[in-house]
Amino acid sequence: MVLAPREGRGRALPRGSFVAALLFLLTALCGAARADEATKPDPFADIATTTADIEARGVLALAVSGSPRAAPVIAALRDGKLFAWKWPRPDTPLFIKTDSGYVDARTGDTVDAPAPVNLRKVIVSDAVRGAIETAEGALDLFSQDPAARRKSAEALYQSADPGALALIDKALAEETDPAVTRVLREARAASLLKSDSGSEADRLAAVKELAARADLQTRNLLASLQGQPPTVASAVSSAINDIDHTLQLWGLAENVYYGISLGAVLLLAATGLAITFGVMGVINMAHGEIVMVGAYTTFVVQRLIAAFAPALDQFGLLFAIPAAFLVAGLLGVLIERTLIRFLYGRPLETLLATWGLSLILQQAVRSIFGPTNQDVSSPPWMSGALQLGGLTLTVNRLWIILFALLVLGALMAALRWGGLGRSIRAVTQNRRMAAAMGIRTPVIDALTFGLGSGIAGIAGVALSQIDNVSPNLGQNYIIDSFIVVVVGGVGNLWGTLLGAMILGIVDKFVEPFAGAVLAKILVLIFLILFIQRRPRGLFPLKGRVAEA
Amino acid sequence: MSDAAQAGSTLSGNSLLYLDGVTVSFDGFKALNELSLVLEPGEMRAVIGPNGAGKTTMMDVITGRTRPDTGRVVFGDNVDLTRLDEPAIARLGIGRKFQRPTVFEPLSVHDNLLLSLAGDRNPRFALWAKETPAERVRLDELLATIRLVDDRDRPAADLSHGQKQWLEIGMLLAQEPHLLLVDEPVAGMSDAETEETADLLREINKTRSVVVVEHDMAFVRALGVKVTVLHEGAVLAEGSIDAIQNDPRVIEVYLGR
Amino acid sequence: MFRDKLTTITLGCILGGALLLAALNLLTPGASAAHVPGFVISLVGKYLCYAILALAIDLVWGYAGILTLGHGAFFALGGYCMGMYLMREIGARGVYANPILPDFMVFIGWKELPWYWQGFNHFWFALPMTMLVPALLAFGFGWFAFRSRVSGVYLSIITQALTYALMLAFFRNDMGFGGNNGMTDFKDIVGIPLNSEATSAGLMLISAVVLAAAFLLARAMTRSRFGKVLIAVRDAESRTRFLGYRPESYKLVVWVLSAMIAGIGGALYVPQVGIINPSEFAPGNSIEAVIWVAVGGRGTLAGAILGAVLVNLGKTWLTSALPEVWLFAIGGLFILVTLLLPRGIIGLFAARSTTAGAEAEPGAAAAKSAAREIAG
Repeated sequence: MVLAPREGRGRALPRGSFVAALLFLLTALCGAARADEATKPDPFADIATTTADIEARGVLALAVSGSPRAAPVIAALRDGKLFAWKWPRPDTPLFIKTDSGYVDARTGDTVDAPAPVNLRKVIVSDAVRGAIETAEGALDLFSQDPAARRKSAEALYQSADPGALALIDKALAEETDPAVTRVLREARAASLLKSDSGSEADRLAAVKELAARADLQTRNLLASLQGQPPTVASAVSSAINDIDHTLQLWGLAENVYYGISLGAVLLLAATGLAITFGVMGVINMAHGEIVMVGAYTTFVVQRLIAAFAPALDQFGLLFAIPAAFLVAGLLGVLIERTLIRFLYGRPLETLLATWGLSLILQQAVRSIFGPTNQDVSSPPWMSGALQLGGLTLTVNRLWIILFALLVLGALMAALRWGGLGRSIRAVTQNRRMAAAMGIRTPVIDALTFGLGSGIAGIAGVALSQIDNVSPNLGQNYIIDSFIVVVVGGVGNLWGTLLGAMILGIVDKFVEPFAGAVLAKILVLIFLILFIQRRPRGLFPLKGRVAEA
Repeated sequence: MSDAAQAGSTLSGNSLLYLDGVTVSFDGFKALNELSLVLEPGEMRAVIGPNGAGKTTMMDVITGRTRPDTGRVVFGDNVDLTRLDEPAIARLGIGRKFQRPTVFEPLSVHDNLLLSLAGDRNPRFALWAKETPAERVRLDELLATIRLVDDRDRPAADLSHGQKQWLEIGMLLAQEPHLLLVDEPVAGMSDAETEETADLLREINKTRSVVVVEHDMAFVRALGVKVTVLHEGAVLAEGSIDAIQNDPRVIEVYLGR
Repeated sequence: MFRDKLTTITLGCILGGALLLAALNLLTPGASAAHVPGFVISLVGKYLCYAILALAIDLVWGYAGILTLGHGAFFALGGYCMGMYLMREIGARGVYANPILPDFMVFIGWKELPWYWQGFNHFWFALPMTMLVPALLAFGFGWFAFRSRVSGVYLSIITQALTYALMLAFFRNDMGFGGNNGMTDFKDIVGIPLNSEATSAGLMLISAVVLAAAFLLARAMTRSRFGKVLIAVRDAESRTRFLGYRPESYKLVVWVLSAMIAGIGGALYVPQVGIINPSEFAPGNSIEAVIWVAVGGRGTLAGAILGAVLVNLGKTWLTSALPEVWLFAIGGLFILVTLLLPRGIIGLFAARSTTAGAEAEPGAAAAKSAAREIAG
C-alpha cells in the first residue's frame, strides 16, 4: 500500500519515445568506442542520455567536478526544467528553461529559444532522484552545517572520482569536525585508488583506510580496482576478505533483526489469541478477521480525519488505536454473547462456528469496502530508515516491535493489577469459587473475550502499516498465531512472547536456504515434534490443575 | 545397587508388584519421592494418605500413564513396567478402575463388555473378528453377574448411574486382570453401599490381587487388610489398620500440628 | 436386502437416481420435456465425487473423532494422479506436440520427464496411485500425529496447515505439476474421448457405483468390532488404552483408509470437471467439506452423502443467482448447524428411542452375584 504507487513512477517513458531511445542507444554504442580515446567523460553528455544509470553517474560527476554550473543544472534537473535535444547530436546541447526563455546549461548564456518540438524534458527516475539528492549534498562541502558537509563528503566517497582529489584535499585542510574528516579521508582514499597518481605507500594506506569502512559499497569499489601494484593488490584482496567477513556478521545481525521484526508482527497477532484461546480456551478461527476489522477501522479513521480535521492527519494512527480497540472489542463481546457462550466445552464445534463467522465477516467487509486493497497511509514519523553500523533498520518496523512489546506489557499489567484482570484470573483459575465470591462469571467471560478481540483490533492498526488492507488480511495470520500460542504454552504471555520471537527468527533463518514454502513445512514438522515432546508448550502451567 | 534394591531383587521372586525407589517430579515438585512398595501375589492392599500424598501418581506410574524420573516398577518375575505404555501394561493383566465410571456411552451394554473381553487388541483382528461361541457364553455370564441381561442391547448412555458403575465392574472382570487397581471406589456412596463394595472387593481378592486407594477410614477398616500410608510421595507407615491409627506420625499428618 | 431402512434408501437413491438420470439423458430426444441436459449430468457427477469426499470425512470425524480440516489435500492428490494420467494421454496432440512432455513442461523449458511422472501413461498404474499417494501421505502424517497423541483442535489446525503447505508447494512451477494453472485440456480417458455426452453419463454412473461401494465398505467397517473400538476411542480415548487398545493404531487405519476413499473421489472428479489446480488444496475447501457432513448428520454415513449433495445444490444455485450472498449463506450454515442442529438432518429424523431407561437399582443383590461369579 505504501510502496505500490512507486512501482509505476520509473517507467514513465511515453511509448512514442521508445523508437527515439533505441536510435539513441545505437549512436551511444558507436560513441562508446570513441569515448575510450577521450580522456574525460562529459557529465553533461551523460545527463542528456535516457539511461537512468548513466544519467545518475553524470549528475554525481557534475557535482564533484567543481564546476560553477553544477548547482544551477542539478537544481534545474530536479525541478524538471532541464531539456535536451530530442534527437541525438554529438554536441549534446542541454538547456535550462527560465521564465523568459532558455539558457545554455554548460555556459549559462541565454540562447535563442529552440523549437519546443525538438526538445525533451530530461527524465528523473528514482535512481536519478537519489543521485540528485547525493549531488546536492556534494555541493555543500563547504557549508556551515557539519551534517551537510558530512553528507557531501559521503557523496564524494560514493562517486570515487579521481578528479575530485584536489577538491577533497582543500576541504580536508579546512575541516575541523573529526567525523567529517574521517569520511573525507575515506573519500580521498577512494579517489586516490581510482586515480593514476599516488605512491605505492599512499595506496596501501588508502586500502587500509577503506578496509575499516567495511560495507558493500567499499567491497565493490575495492573489487573494481585493476592494475594495482602486487603489494597493493594483495592488500586489496585481504581487505575484501575482511569486509566479506564483517558483512557476513552484519548479515547475521540483519537476519536476527528481520526475525525479531517478523516475531513482533506474530506477537501482535497472537497476543489477543493468547487471551481468547490461551486463557479462555476458546478456539476462535475468526481471530484473523477481527484483526482485519481493526485494520479497516484504521482506514475509516484516517478518512474521517482527512475529511473533518486535516490538521490532525499526522496523528491518525493515534486515534485509530483506541477506535480499533473499541470496535473490535465490542464486536468480540457481541460474538461471545451470541455465539461462543453456547459452545463452551465443545472446541471442535466452536472451531466450525467461528470459521463460518470468519467467512461472514470477510464477505461483509468485501461488500462494504470492495474486494480491492485499501490505501492506508503512514505518517511521516513512521517512514524512513535508521543506519546502525552495517544495519538498515526501517523505522516502521522499529515502531511495530516497540508497539508489540508495549501492548504485551500493558496487557500483563492490566491482568496483574487491573480490576478486570483480577476477575479474569479468578474466573480462569477457579470458576465456581469465583462465582461463589460474587463475580458474575458470564460478564467476565464476555469482557475477557472482548479484551482479546480488542487487542486483535489494535494488532490490525499495526498490520495496516506493513500489509495490504484487504478482506483477506486476517487469513495470513491465523495459523501462525495459533502456532505461536501453542509453542509458547497455552495461557502464558511470556511464552507467547518467546514463541513469537523463536518462530520469527527460525523462519527468517531457514527461509534463505530452504525457500519460503519449505520453511513453512519445516516449521510445521517442528511443531508436531514439539507438541510430542512438550505437549503443554515451553512454559506449562504448574500443578494439578494443568493435568486435567 | 542400593540395599533396598538388593532386598527387592531377592523378594521379586515371589512378589507380584514391586516399586523400587520411584521418583516423579512435576516442575521441581516431587509427587513421588523414592517410593518403594511390595505387593505379594493374591494380596489386597489399601493405600491411604492426605491430598497430594502421591496416591493417584502412584497408580499412574503402575499403569504407564506417567513415566517415573528414576526407579523401577517390576511386575511378576521380571517385567519392568516403566518401559511399557498403558495398552501393553493393560494386556499384561493390570486393570484400573477410575473414580468416575467411564463406559462407552453410545455402544450397547453387550458391546461394552465385548470390547473389554481379554483377547487380541490388534486392529487387523478387530476388522474381521466375529463373535465366537466362547465369547457369547462368557458375555452371558458377565451380563448375569452384573444384572444387565435385559439391558444388553441398550446404549450404555441410557443406564442409570448405578448401572454404569456395575457395567464398569463387569468390563474390568471381562479383562480378567491379575492385578486390579481401584481408585476411591466408595466416594459419594451411602454406608450400605460402602459395605457392599467392601464385600465385593474381598470376593474379587479371592482370585486376584487388589490395590485400593481410599480416603474413607471406615471403609479401609472394613476391608481389614494391610494398609500403606503415603505422605509427600513416600511411605510414611505400613501395617494393620489399628497399628496405623495409633502411629503418632500418621496422626500428625492427618490431624495436623 | 439390508435390515435397516436407511441403508436401503441410500443405496436406492444413489444407484437408482444415477441410472434414471443417465437414461433420461441418453435415451430421450433433446427436445423432449423429460430430457436431462448434459450439464446436469456432469453437475451430478461432481456432487457424487463430493459425496465420496464427505463419506471419507465422516469416517474419521464421525467415528474416530478426528476433525480433519485438510481432507481436501487427499482429494486433490488423487485428482492430481488422475490429472497426470490424463496429461500423458494427450500425447502429441498438445500445443507443442511433444509426445512425452506435457505442454506446461515444454513451456518452462524442461527437456525430460521427471522420475515421478514415469508410469503415469498407463491407466493401470495411475489408478492405484490415486489411492496409494494419498494413503502414503496419510500414513506419514498420521503416524507422527497420532503417536504424538496430538488430538482435538491441535490436530485440526495441523491438518489445515498440511493442506495449506501443499497448496503453496503445488503453486510452484518447479514442482512439475503445472504450477498455478494446474492441468487441463484433457482429451480422452483409456481411449474414450472426454467431450461426449455418453462419457459424461458413464463417468457419472461410475462415480455412483464407487460411492455406493465406499458407502457399503464404510458401513461394514463401522459395524465391525473395529468400528466399535473406534467409537470407544472417539468418546473415551484414555479408557480404551487401559483396556489394552492402542488408539493410535486404530486411528491410523481408519485415517489411511479415509484418505484412500478421498483420493479415489478426487480421481473421479478431475475427468468430469476437466481441470485440477492447486486451489483444490485451499484450506477453505476442506472446511467446507466438513460442514457438508455436519449438515447431513455426523457419524451416520448416509448423512454425509445427503449433506454433500444438498449444500452443493445450494451452492450451484446461489453462486449463479446471488454470488454476493454465498459466503454469508455458507458462513451462516456453519453457525446454525453447530448451534441448532448438532446431529444434522438425519439426526433430526432418526429419533432414537431416548427413554432414559428404567432406574433399576442394581443394589446389593447384584453385588453379591458379582462376587460369587468372581470367586467361582
